[in-house]
Amino acid sequence: MSPPAASATVAVTGLNATDNPGPGVGVIRALRHVADDGTGPFGGAPFTGRIVGLAYDALEPGVYARDLVDDVYLVPYPSQGIEALRERLWEIHAETPLDAVIPTLDAELPAFIALAPELAERGIATFLPAEGQLALRSKVRLSELGTGHDLPVPRSRAVSTAQELYELDEEELPFPLWVKGAFYGAERARNVHEAVAAFHRVVAKWGLPVILQEEVVGEEYDVVAVGDGAGGLVGAVPMKKTLLTDKGKGWAGVVVGDPTLVELAGRFMAATDWRGPCEVECVRDEHGQYRLLEINPRFPAWCYLSAGAGQNLPAAVLRLALGETVAPMRDLLPGTMFVRISLDQLTSIADLQALAGSGALHRAPSSEAP
Amino acid sequence: MPPDSASSQASGLPISPVAGDALHRLRDLALSESGFVFDPFSGATFSVNGTGKAVLEALRDGVAPEAIPELLGERFAPAGGAATHAAPDLSRDVADFIAQLRRLELLPAPEPA
Repeated sequence: MSPPAASATVAVTGLNATDNPGPGVGVIRALRHVADDGTGPFGGAPFTGRIVGLAYDALEPGVYARDLVDDVYLVPYPSQGIEALRERLWEIHAETPLDAVIPTLDAELPAFIALAPELAERGIATFLPAEGQLALRSKVRLSELGTGHDLPVPRSRAVSTAQELYELDEEELPFPLWVKGAFYGAERARNVHEAVAAFHRVVAKWGLPVILQEEVVGEEYDVVAVGDGAGGLVGAVPMKKTLLTDKGKGWAGVVVGDPTLVELAGRFMAATDWRGPCEVECVRDEHGQYRLLEINPRFPAWCYLSAGAGQNLPAAVLRLALGETVAPMRDLLPGTMFVRISLDQLTSIADLQALAGSGALHRAPSSEAP
Repeated sequence: MPPDSASSQASGLPISPVAGDALHRLRDLALSESGFVFDPFSGATFSVNGTGKAVLEALRDGVAPEAIPELLGERFAPAGGAATHAAPDLSRDVADFIAQLRRLELLPAPEPA
């Protein structure tokens, strides 16, 4: 029988809280969030369990957030294969029994999804999409998803050779367009020459296939949402970025109340029976219509905003993973903002030594945890 | 449980749930005493001066756009009727402001004649 989510031991990945941060710190802060009135996200109760950070590198900044993370373990990079991850997770579980794991990085999701049944057998809950659902919203298949389910996606096409760019029908896909990797990367191309150059750069970095996508000009809006796995929308918080870094990452943003964005997230859930968190990236074009650019299959780095906006979505995912019932959340606080900050954490070289040397760092036991 | 808007109320920027209807964008605007405006539908923010604030409040109260110059003239005119001389400028300025609101989709486009 699963423990209550409020007192669970939860592993979270994505602690690389750099200038291009992973979502892990945001997820943890949401789990630990206490509202101004003193209530927590677990039926009013705050989180009193343990957070176990799973890091790929001993210098991932989230590792050193002693008020957020109780234990840290290094885990193998996804490139080392599912076997290495499986073995390491069983080692960790033997030492620090886990009740749930929330993976937050694109590259590790396939492995965690594949391991989900075995994790469940060992009492480690997850709330993740199925492998087929993951593929359905991929950049390669987004156009197909849009056509099949009346979702407003830009025109796009997957290519595997540079020659296909020379043969492009500009009526079908006009310039300028975006040249995107299947998982990461995007470059704008104003003509076929730029597109070919971008194609080779994207292939060199991210491999094939490469996706060509119509450019949609307008303001970007993103939605963090959770699907219940049965076509239903657990909750959705739309956000508009108000400050960008030089890498185009959101450094500040504000919750907006346009119900069309929530409805769009709901249509995606209904079309895919999505299970778990996701980020729906949209652009509002010059005609005021939203176009769905991408679906990221995990929490975004800004997901902590949901906790302040009336829908604590990371807490909802943890509760759903552990078999609790979560009623659909629709209350929303437009005007809730996030403003990211860089700050220096003070720690001891002993912490780095512990993690780098033995692959684990333990802080106070749960009875003494903050 | 209704959203807690205590913090926004305390800051003098009342933010209500969004109706989502383009016709009600103006009504849903959060307008502070200092003239800070937040559109909860789009996330956009603006600043208006006292006159702009008066126009927004009049529109939200249902005053027809064509009646606003006269209303402003009565509200802001000094003693002595100086507003009468400024009336054409006032009408043009109000029309420009309303055109801006329509470009920002805060007011629906006028019905075709």
